[in-house]
Amino acid sequence: MKYNLILSGVGGQGILTIAAVLDTATLQQKLFVKQSEVHGMSQRGGAVQCHVRISDKEIYSDLIPQGKADMILSVEPMEVLRYLPYLENKGWLITDANPFINISNYPEKKELFEQIKSHPNHIIINATEVAKKIGNTKAANMVLLGAASSLIPLSEESILTAIKKLFQNKSDRVINLNIEAFQTGKKLAKDYTDFVY
Amino acid sequence: MKSLLLGNEALAQGAIDSGLSGVYAYPGTPSTEVTEYIQKSKTAKSLGIHTTWSVNEKTAMEAALGMSYTGKRSMVVMKHVGLNVASDVFMNMAVSGVNGGLVVVVADDPSMHSSQNEQDSRFYGKFAMVPILEPSNQQEAYNIMHYAFDLSEEYKLPVLVRMVTRLSHSRAGIIIKERRAQNGIQLPVDTTRFALIPLNAKKQFEKLVKKKSVLLESSEKSRFNKLKLKEDCSLGIIACGIAYNYVMENISGNEEFYSVLKVSQYPLPKEKVKELYKHCNKILVVEEGYPIVEELLHNYFDENDKIKGKLTEDIPFIGELNPNTVGKAIGFFHNGAQEIPEIVSNRPPQLCEGCGHTDLFNTINELIPEIGNKRVFGDIGCYALGALPPLNTINTLIDMGASITMAKGAADAGLENAIAIIGDSTFTHSGMTGLLDAVYENTPITVIISDNSAIAMTGAQDSTAVGRLKGICLGIGVDPEHLKTIVPLKKNHKENVTLLRNELSYKGVSVIISQRPCVRLSRDKKEEIKLKIASLN
Repeated sequence: MKYNLILSGVGGQGILTIAAVLDTATLQQKLFVKQSEVHGMSQRGGAVQCHVRISDKEIYSDLIPQGKADMILSVEPMEVLRYLPYLENKGWLITDANPFINISNYPEKKELFEQIKSHPNHIIINATEVAKKIGNTKAANMVLLGAASSLIPLSEESILTAIKKLFQNKSDRVINLNIEAFQTGKKLAKDYTDFVY
Repeated sequence: MKSLLLGNEALAQGAIDSGLSGVYAYPGTPSTEVTEYIQKSKTAKSLGIHTTWSVNEKTAMEAALGMSYTGKRSMVVMKHVGLNVASDVFMNMAVSGVNGGLVVVVADDPSMHSSQNEQDSRFYGKFAMVPILEPSNQQEAYNIMHYAFDLSEEYKLPVLVRMVTRLSHSRAGIIIKERRAQNGIQLPVDTTRFALIPLNAKKQFEKLVKKKSVLLESSEKSRFNKLKLKEDCSLGIIACGIAYNYVMENISGNEEFYSVLKVSQYPLPKEKVKELYKHCNKILVVEEGYPIVEELLHNYFDENDKIKGKLTEDIPFIGELNPNTVGKAIGFFHNGAQEIPEIVSNRPPQLCEGCGHTDLFNTINELIPEIGNKRVFGDIGCYALGALPPLNTINTLIDMGASITMAKGAADAGLENAIAIIGDSTFTHSGMTGLLDAVYENTPITVIISDNSAIAMTGAQDSTAVGRLKGICLGIGVDPEHLKTIVPLKKNHKENVTLLRNELSYKGVSVIISQRPCVRLSRDKKEEIKLKIASLN
């Protein structure tokens, strides 16, 4: 078993929280993980990405080879497309619908969505809006992780344990909110794929 | 369960578990997390390990040498260009040797993710004639630290551990071993080797040169250098440090067709290289950084086309390695990847919303039409982003501290209205001496210290400059009449423009401290800084 996943977004959007949950869940299941991330200058509002590799055997490269990513999970809809060269032809694009516009030449939203939808396997959900309804826009990350979860070869149990572990120093309310975000994301993804596919 | 650690953190934990007594460092991507990890470690705290940031890499390395002099184990950590700053002590402590184990950790930044060049620190190690270790993965980064301190104590030499961005900033599960105790104080038997007057230096240098053969022997038998010869002799691969991962990513499952020499300790194990060379029809050298090993091979075997690598353009010279470029060099065909759609725009990094640097740049930009363009000398830090549109304020950015001295040189040449912009921490790192040069001649330059009271770019670490800038400038001899403080806020824009205009018209050294804490600092931290500034002024 080998699963390659690219997380993408804009510096400061918190893709590392998603990565941390995946890493922790992977180690709990006694699998191997490698996760390469971006520190430094790009973190200042620039495009950032994170390679997560999960396997039952030793993993060598910290970077996913081009064309070998099973999924690109993005917290921003333009950023999901930036890493297409890494995507395996049948891989999945999963993204928040909510654009983060900090540049003057941001593409038209309609064209952007058409481009994503031209890809055979995709899920677009408005994770930010869902998280807001649940109680905190910051939980959009967990909505997206929930949306991606059924495609990732990790058990839901270990992902939930990882979420609890990651937020262990926060209040019960925060922990429950993140779990609710995860569950809602999971359900929305199912509704989406049932509708589209 | 394994511990999930960044390469930098694994290395740091390895240092703690090797009986470290002190880490000295100045932050710099991609090296910062090594020191931060030890600063946050409860174990390190309970063991009394020194972890406070130093003013720059040179002071850090000298302090580490001082600790080693007492017999304790010390480590000094920096990014590749930091070693340029510390190179004076680095070269000389190879001659004096060390007492307690001393490990120099340098993180190179191929692809220049957060740097101004791609220099390869292995050259420095070779230059200084000290052992170099280059871990290939996170577990090895942990394991190699224990070995590094042992090597250092066995040969009484500093040991260079070379990291690269991708290993520094990638996580994996790490198995942690037992911790050994720190050394006690045990001063050197003979201190003359640390007193490098020519008489002693000559003896010491001879000793260093003589160590070459034992260091080579150590590399030949090192468990971190592994040669695996296979029956198939068509291609032999030399894989250095992290390059080993990219090679294995490609050949894993087909290992029987490739003889591989993994190199993680230098000097390069010459005998092992010769064995591989004799066995194979073609040799591919895969190394992150400059083609240092490849050049050595040409040196060993004369120039010939049996040796492939960066010099033969089988592997790109520029930028970091990746599994695809390495795969192609080995001979794997790669199906065309999907393209990035045209509608995807670039998203370069930018200053944070509400950042004080932006207001400062707006102030300067307003004056550019009257003072002339191309005369703003910048420096290293977040404010370097002022070189990009839409601000386009800064014209130069070379190294830590070069803003003041370049402005001085330009003013010496007759350029009027030369402005230097330097951050608070960059100023204490390497700007103070340059300011003294300017004060000494009363050169007509205007120095703006953009003081956000943090080493912001690398994650807002504590700046040694907090509360001390005024005192330092006065001490250096800046005329109190031309030492001004402004607060870079929109509401002060007009007033700040007038003040800057006045100082530019002064034909001597002016210093303007533009003071507003980094927006990324917490409210508590900002409060703490306020109190510190008040207490020191």
